[in-house]
Amino acid sequence: MKSLEELKAIREKMQGQIGLRSESSDKTRVVVGMATCGIASGARPVLNALSDAVQSKGLSNVQVTMTGCIGLCQYEPIVEVFEPGKDKVTYVKMTPEKALEIVDQHLIRGQVVSKYTIAEVLG
Amino acid sequence: MYRSHVLVCGGTGCTSSGSAKIIETLQAEIKKNGLKDEVAVVQTGCHGLCALGPIIVVYPDATFYTLIKPEDIPEIVSEHLVKGRVVERLVYKEETKDRGTVSLNDTDFYKKQHRVALRNCGVINPENIDEYIATGGYEALGKVLTEYTPEQVIQIVMDSGLRGRGGGGFSTGLKWKLARANEADQKYVCCNADEGDPGAFMDRSILEGDPHVVLEAMAIAGYAIGANQGYIYVRAEYPIAVERLKIAIAQAREYGLLGKNIFNTGFDFDIDLRLGAGAFVCGEETALMTSIEGNRGEPRPRPPFPAQKGLYQKPTLLNNVETYANIPQIILNGPEWFASMGTEKSKGTKVFALGGKVRNTGLVEIPMGTTLREVIEDIGGGIPNGKKFKAAQTGGPSGGCIPAEHFDVPIDYDNLIQIGSMMGSGGLIVMDEDNCMVDIAKFFLGFTVDESCGKCTPCRIGTKRLYELLDKITNGQGTMEDLDKLEELCYYIKENALCGLGQTAPNPVLSTLNYFKDEYKAHVLERRCPAGVCKALLSYVIDPVLCKGCTMCSRVCPNGAISGKVKEAHVIDQSKCIKCGACMEKCKFGAISKK
Repeated sequence: MKSLEELKAIREKMQGQIGLRSESSDKTRVVVGMATCGIASGARPVLNALSDAVQSKGLSNVQVTMTGCIGLCQYEPIVEVFEPGKDKVTYVKMTPEKALEIVDQHLIRGQVVSKYTIAEVLG
Repeated sequence: MYRSHVLVCGGTGCTSSGSAKIIETLQAEIKKNGLKDEVAVVQTGCHGLCALGPIIVVYPDATFYTLIKPEDIPEIVSEHLVKGRVVERLVYKEETKDRGTVSLNDTDFYKKQHRVALRNCGVINPENIDEYIATGGYEALGKVLTEYTPEQVIQIVMDSGLRGRGGGGFSTGLKWKLARANEADQKYVCCNADEGDPGAFMDRSILEGDPHVVLEAMAIAGYAIGANQGYIYVRAEYPIAVERLKIAIAQAREYGLLGKNIFNTGFDFDIDLRLGAGAFVCGEETALMTSIEGNRGEPRPRPPFPAQKGLYQKPTLLNNVETYANIPQIILNGPEWFASMGTEKSKGTKVFALGGKVRNTGLVEIPMGTTLREVIEDIGGGIPNGKKFKAAQTGGPSGGCIPAEHFDVPIDYDNLIQIGSMMGSGGLIVMDEDNCMVDIAKFFLGFTVDESCGKCTPCRIGTKRLYELLDKITNGQGTMEDLDKLEELCYYIKENALCGLGQTAPNPVLSTLNYFKDEYKAHVLERRCPAGVCKALLSYVIDPVLCKGCTMCSRVCPNGAISGKVKEAHVIDQSKCIKCGACMEKCKFGAISKK
C-alpha cells in the first residue's frame, strides 16, 4: 500500500458489495416478485441483473430485495421501486435488459421509464 | 457479485452452539438450489445476542434468524433465498411483535446500544481485509501518517477523553504522551489481549470479529509515540482470536499496511503475537511484559512505569483491546464526536459481557452513563422466572457488587468506584434472590487464590486467609470476630499487595460486606443462609401433612437418608443427608422444602 488512493480504490470496489449489509430507512427499495409465478416467468435473472448493476455502479442508496407474489401473475416478472417520499412505481414483464434500463434511467437519473410501467402496459 | 449475503455468526458463543455445521449445511443447500453465484455465505464475528445463537442474518432485508439448527437450513434456503418468503417461525421474536419492522436496530436488545468498538462485529468477514477497508478501515492510519504530526495525534486522543477500557480508566491520551516524552533508541507498543475475568469476552469478540481494527490502532499508536514494533499478548485459550489475528497480520503485511515504509511515508511498523499460557496475573501490565520477555509472568514494582522502562527496559505503551478499537473512529470522526457520547468524565461507550440471571445474555455496547436498570431490564430483557434482582457484579474478581438501591446510577468509571465497585474490563454478572452474596465473595476469592502468582506475601497468604474465613462462615462456623478480621485483612491486602491483582482482590468481600452485611450476619448468628445456597447451613425437611408416602424420595436419595413406609409420611435423617436436593426435585406433592 503506497498511497491513500490505492486504499480508496479498494474501498470503493468493496463498498458496493458491503452496502448490501447496511440498514437505513431512507434508501430506495427495489423489490422483485419472486413467487412461483415470478420465478417461472424469469424473475431470477432480473433480480440478479438488478443486484449486480446496483453494486457495480456503487448505488449505495439502493437496496435490491425480493418479495413473494405481488398478485398480478400474468404480468410477472414484476419489479417495484419504492423511493422515500414518492409514489411506488411498478414495472411489469421485466427482462434483464429492461431492468438495466431502469437502473440507468430511473435509479441513476431519476426518470421513470414509463413504457414499462403497469399503467402504460395495461393501457 | 452476489444479490444476497447470508451472515452466519462465527463468534465464540455461536461456534460452540454449532455454527460451523450451519455454514456447511448452508453452503451445500445453496449449491443444491443453484444459488452458488447469487448468494454469499459470510462468517462474521459476534452479534452480541449469544443466548440465542447460532444467529443468521440475511441481507439485503436484514432478517435476523436465531436459534438455528442445521435442519432449518433447507427451509431458509428454499423459502427465503429462492422465493423471498421470510421464515417467520425462526425470526427473532421481538421483531415479529410488530410485523412492520424487520430492522435489527429496532429490537429492544439493540435499540439502546451504540456500537463503536463493536461496529464491525457481526457485519464484516474478519478474515477478509477488503471488507474491513470497505467500512473505512486503515483510512485513519493513512490520515494520521499523511496529515498529522505525532503530537497532533496525541492531542486528538487526549481531547476525545478516552480512558483505558481494561478497567483502570487511566487517560489514554496522557498515557501516549508519557510514552512519547521518553527518548529511547527503541520503543514498543503492546496490546493487552489477556482477558481473564470469569465470564468476560469483550476483547475476545473484538479480536474475533474485527481483528484489523486493533492492528490499525496499534500502528497509529506506534506513530504517535515513536515505536516501530508492536506485540499483541493474547491468551492461548482464544484459538479463534489467535487464528484470525494471524490471518489479519499476514494480510496487512501483504498490503503493506504493516512493515516498511507504510503509505510511502517512511514509517515502519510491524506486529507480532505472543501467546499467554492462561495465567490471570499476566493481564497485569508489568507481568504481561515480563511474560513477553520470556520470563515467568510475575509483576514488578512500579515505578518505573512502562512508559519509562517497560518491555526489555524500553519505553512501552500498553493498551487494552477495546481501547484500541475506539482509536480509528476517533481519528476519522474527530475527538468532539467521541466526547459527545457519555458522561462528563467518562466519554464514549463501553462494552459489557452480560451474564448470569438475565434473559438476553451476550455482548452489549452502551454509551457511558446508561443506567444499570436500562442495561438489565431493557437490553437484557430482565430477570427470568419472575425472580427479584439482588445485585450486579462488575469488574470480575477485582470489582464489587452493585445492589438494587443503586439500580439507577449512571454507569461510568467514577460512579462505579464511588459505590464500591469498578468498571473493570466489562464483565457484568446479574444475580437474583437465589444467589448468596457470601458464596459469591468466596467464589471470587477462590479464583484469586488460584491465580495469585505468589511473588508478594500480602496476596499469596492474605487471599488464602480471606478464603479460609469465608469458607468458615459459609460452613456455619463463623463468629462476629471473624467478620471484623475479614474486613481488617481486606484493607491490609489492599494497601500492601504489589500489583493490581492483590490490591483489588479484596473488593468482592468489601462490597458484599458493605451492602449485604445482614447476609453475613445471618450465616454467623443464625447459622442460616438466606438464599439457600450454602449447603452446610441448609436442611431438607419433609412436611408430614403434604407427604403421601409415595416412596419416590427414598428411592432417589443417593445416600439412603430417607426412611418411611408406603402411604405414610417419610422422614429425612439429617445426619445422613448430603443436601443434594434430589428428593425435592422428585417430590410431586411439594412436600419437601429446604430451610
